[in-house]
Amino acid sequence: MTDAPTDAPALALPDEALPDGARPNPFDQVRSSPGAPKPEPILVADEVRRRFGGLTAVDVRHLEVQREAITALIGPNGAGKTTFFNLLTGFDKPDTGSWTFDDRRLEGLGAHKIARTGMVRTFQLTKALARLSVMDNMKLGATEQLGENFFRALLPRLWNSQEKEIEARAVELLGRFNLTHMRDEYAGTLSGGQRKLLEMARALMAQPKLVMLDEPMAGVNPALAQTIIRHVAELRDEGLTVVFVEHDMDVVRTISDWVVVMSDGEIVAEGTHASIVTNPAVIDAYLGAHHGTPMDRAEQDRQLAEAEAAIEAERQAREEEA
Amino acid sequence: MNWHSILNGTLRALVGREAIIYSLAAIGLNVHFGYTGLLNFGQVGFMAIGAYGVAISVTTWDVPLIVGVLIGVGAAVCLALLLGIPTLRLRADYLAIVTIAASEIFRFMMSAPSWRDVTGGSDGLTGFAGDFFDANPIPGGDYGFGPWHYSARDLWILSVGWVAVLLAVLLVRMLMHSPWGRIVKAIREDEDAVRSLGKNVYSYKMQSLVLGGVIGAVGGMFWMITQASITPGSFSTIPTFYAYAALILGGMARVWGPVVGAMIFWALLAFTQGILDEAVANDLIPSSIMDSNQAGNVRFILVGIGLVLLMVYRPQGIFGDRREIALGER
Amino acid sequence: MRRLVVALVAASAVGMALAPGAGAQAPGGTPTTAAPPGATPTTAATGEAPAEDALIVSGNLRYEQDDEAQTVEGATVTVESADGEFSESVESDADGRFEVPVPGPGTYTITLDEETLPEDVGLRNERPSLDVRVREGRANTPVLFPLGFGDDVGRNVSSTLDRFLRLTVQGLRFGLIIAMCAIGLSLIFGTTRLTNFSHGELVTFGALMAYLFNVTFGWHILIAAPLAILVATLVGSAFDRFFWRPLRNRGTGLIAMLVISIGVGIAVRYTYNLQFGGFNRAYRQYSLQTEGLELGPVTIVPRDLFGMVLSILVLVGVALFLQRTRTGKAMRAVADNRDLAESSGVDVDRVINLVWAAGAGLAALGGILQGLSEQVSWQMGFQLLLLMFAGVTLGGLGTAYGALVGSMVVGMVVEVSTLVIPSEFKTVTALFILILILLVRPQGILGQAERVG
Repeated sequence: MTDAPTDAPALALPDEALPDGARPNPFDQVRSSPGAPKPEPILVADEVRRRFGGLTAVDVRHLEVQREAITALIGPNGAGKTTFFNLLTGFDKPDTGSWTFDDRRLEGLGAHKIARTGMVRTFQLTKALARLSVMDNMKLGATEQLGENFFRALLPRLWNSQEKEIEARAVELLGRFNLTHMRDEYAGTLSGGQRKLLEMARALMAQPKLVMLDEPMAGVNPALAQTIIRHVAELRDEGLTVVFVEHDMDVVRTISDWVVVMSDGEIVAEGTHASIVTNPAVIDAYLGAHHGTPMDRAEQDRQLAEAEAAIEAERQAREEEA
Repeated sequence: MNWHSILNGTLRALVGREAIIYSLAAIGLNVHFGYTGLLNFGQVGFMAIGAYGVAISVTTWDVPLIVGVLIGVGAAVCLALLLGIPTLRLRADYLAIVTIAASEIFRFMMSAPSWRDVTGGSDGLTGFAGDFFDANPIPGGDYGFGPWHYSARDLWILSVGWVAVLLAVLLVRMLMHSPWGRIVKAIREDEDAVRSLGKNVYSYKMQSLVLGGVIGAVGGMFWMITQASITPGSFSTIPTFYAYAALILGGMARVWGPVVGAMIFWALLAFTQGILDEAVANDLIPSSIMDSNQAGNVRFILVGIGLVLLMVYRPQGIFGDRREIALGER
Repeated sequence: MRRLVVALVAASAVGMALAPGAGAQAPGGTPTTAAPPGATPTTAATGEAPAEDALIVSGNLRYEQDDEAQTVEGATVTVESADGEFSESVESDADGRFEVPVPGPGTYTITLDEETLPEDVGLRNERPSLDVRVREGRANTPVLFPLGFGDDVGRNVSSTLDRFLRLTVQGLRFGLIIAMCAIGLSLIFGTTRLTNFSHGELVTFGALMAYLFNVTFGWHILIAAPLAILVATLVGSAFDRFFWRPLRNRGTGLIAMLVISIGVGIAVRYTYNLQFGGFNRAYRQYSLQTEGLELGPVTIVPRDLFGMVLSILVLVGVALFLQRTRTGKAMRAVADNRDLAESSGVDVDRVINLVWAAGAGLAALGGILQGLSEQVSWQMGFQLLLLMFAGVTLGGLGTAYGALVGSMVVGMVVEVSTLVIPSEFKTVTALFILILILLVRPQGILGQAERVG
């Protein structure tokens, strides 16, 4: 990919964030098929299954997530993306399955233990801690806080300096996410988009190795979204691995290094954005037969328009290159 | 109507023994419910186990009072663990039911004839408070001014009590202004969010349960020691609800809320009791409607109605913030 | 809203003023029945001490026969000291009274010689031997031997199987009553997410209303009871319409509602105490049945049998209603998933109102049946509340069938456990079971598994 297409929506990365050939693309050698192995996987999941009553919500045979890359997880509503997130991060118990993070086996561990290994997540329905201030929300995110121990909490001298460090980091992150002016407000007074940002910033306070974002751009205005995308790319360059669920195809196209497509609980395709968009299995997933709730007309039209727009944009991009 | 005596009674109740007891009970409840969001409806159980811990160990095993107090504290810790282990992983309502059940179970056990030898059964125990009153350094005499006249004995009781309240307030303040407190307050908002940041929510809820339970137990111990006798009948569900009323009145999740709430609550109770008693004594209320025995019932009715009105019209209490309540209601 | 609350307060004030106060006529001859858990046994005569400084142990031997009080003369009672050094026997006098002077304070064992009782009279609790503690300064220590006439007596040291069967039947009866009271509790939680800590007061309300109609107005219980249930249904509906619904519409939080329900419970309970008094009272008819019918190895009093049959019929009726009728299905739908039901066109407010009305009516019936078996008191509902919670939690919070199943189990456990546990602990046992269930299967038998921490 050379320059971003000029008539594409204004979610293009500025050039300097994507220097050509500065990094060898680890995905060059990766096959575009579900469950494809990756050169340096940070997260490997096997046979993860979850059924609710008679419904199979998740049935992932194999998935590998490349470290220090941005992987998008897409798929129609009800495909099982959030459930899969919940299973991997310990918020739900699978019926079967095992997965490793940095070669540590995680199945069976509780949510907080998994978070401590360096895998942090955000939530589809934001969980801003409403009656705490934005700053308190942020400080909460930091790990290894001495003052969190009951007895040490009683001796402020032990944790005061650490608290100041944490505050400084929080100030910096709040700045990056344009939330500085809200720092002392109750988090419950934030708008929906601001809450998404807070949750992301808070997750980053934990200095995670892998961050799993569940629809991070929903409700965020496009200008801010562009800033976020830039930050996320920077974080990736600094060594953070990102997995995110997203419905907005432009975001996916702009920022993801790799795309995983889920449908009806299974992974139906993997690949770069370009290969995904023309993959018949993917088109089928969005438009094809849905077992279960019938899509209403409007939803069908919407998804059709989405797929068509993606195909069209790609076709135009290829035309420009020619 | 003897307004002078009504006013006196009210002012004395403002700083009296009951205000101390319920300050402590409400501070404990504030830790549970106000800060952490734990639905403990058995605070009286903690008060009871602390009080019986002292009473039984002093009368049956003949240990000095200080040791008895430590045993009472230990018993409260055990109760908290016992209650917490099954329920803290479950929904909040379950803790509510289990804590009520546990405090009722404890009361039954203490009044059971089968264990009379140790617990005194429904008659209870006496004779365990000697050390406390022996330790009184205040020489005999009359102290105070205005409505606040106290004997040396009463002054000692109130001094010890209010010092205990101050220490509890200090402890809670330090904790809640620390990172530990931040976690606990966050748990009240959303446990999953806290878990996703790597904190062991279950452990913090347990610590909170223990802390609030111990403070409540100290309240119970103070109650029974200064009364110099203990009976299981005192530990019905009523004290728990008094503590809630005091807590809500003062304002939840505020350091001084429970104390001011308890003081005003008891002043109000004394005031209404005084008015009712005077009205009956002066035949302002004919005894066909109410006699002096029944004034006690009326008191309870007023507490119930008061609690409802408080929750509907001023759930933030005296020190609370209406916005916080609005943010908390989901 | 403000006006309604003021109206509530004014109404309670007026209610206090108008209704007959406590201490008004008590019906004659309250039988010496076993008291509800936690209460101390009613003492017989508080006699004057026969001589100064003498300590005595005393009691009255009485029983009910055909609704009349009878006394036992000439029965032998023996008192022995714990170390065995003191032993004294006396015979009861013409009034059924016995007195045994004891040498000093301490623990004594007092035994009633059942052979010396008249024919067909026996102990109702199979405890011929009791331990008493005589205290210094307490001249008279009363002792209670509850006696009964006819087949109501457990005098024959029946086999364990017989006792088990009898207790199972009692447990069934009790469980049915709890189930009826608890269905409302469970459905109210299911449809509104309110944990109603004042539900016990609805039970008591039914019993008290029936008492008002039966004893104060003098109508036969078979007329008073249905009337009371009707009134309770109306009150339940009004309660929701004018108190709970405005609170819900205001957006009151669930925990605030919970605390409000507690406040309401306290206020109402003590209003009952104010009006009705602290004593147990009985209905005019059927309360004092002692002659039982024999059904195989089990003896049961006609009143209890009738109560059980009625309970079963009512509960089956409720189950059919929930299963077959449109309203019943709507109730279950709202309890299951309120939003889904609403979007399917169900009038949720109306359904909730019906749930309150039906719940109150059922609770009233349960209260009346309980009052017939065990006497009416101002806190009878509150005492059942914990057991109701146990039953509902055990069966699955929010489902009607769960409340049914769980309550039956709780009722059985409470009664059958007295085979091995002293009966003063039987309520405690049920509560322990509750805690155990939460450890093992928190959603109950029929509840849906929830993701828990």
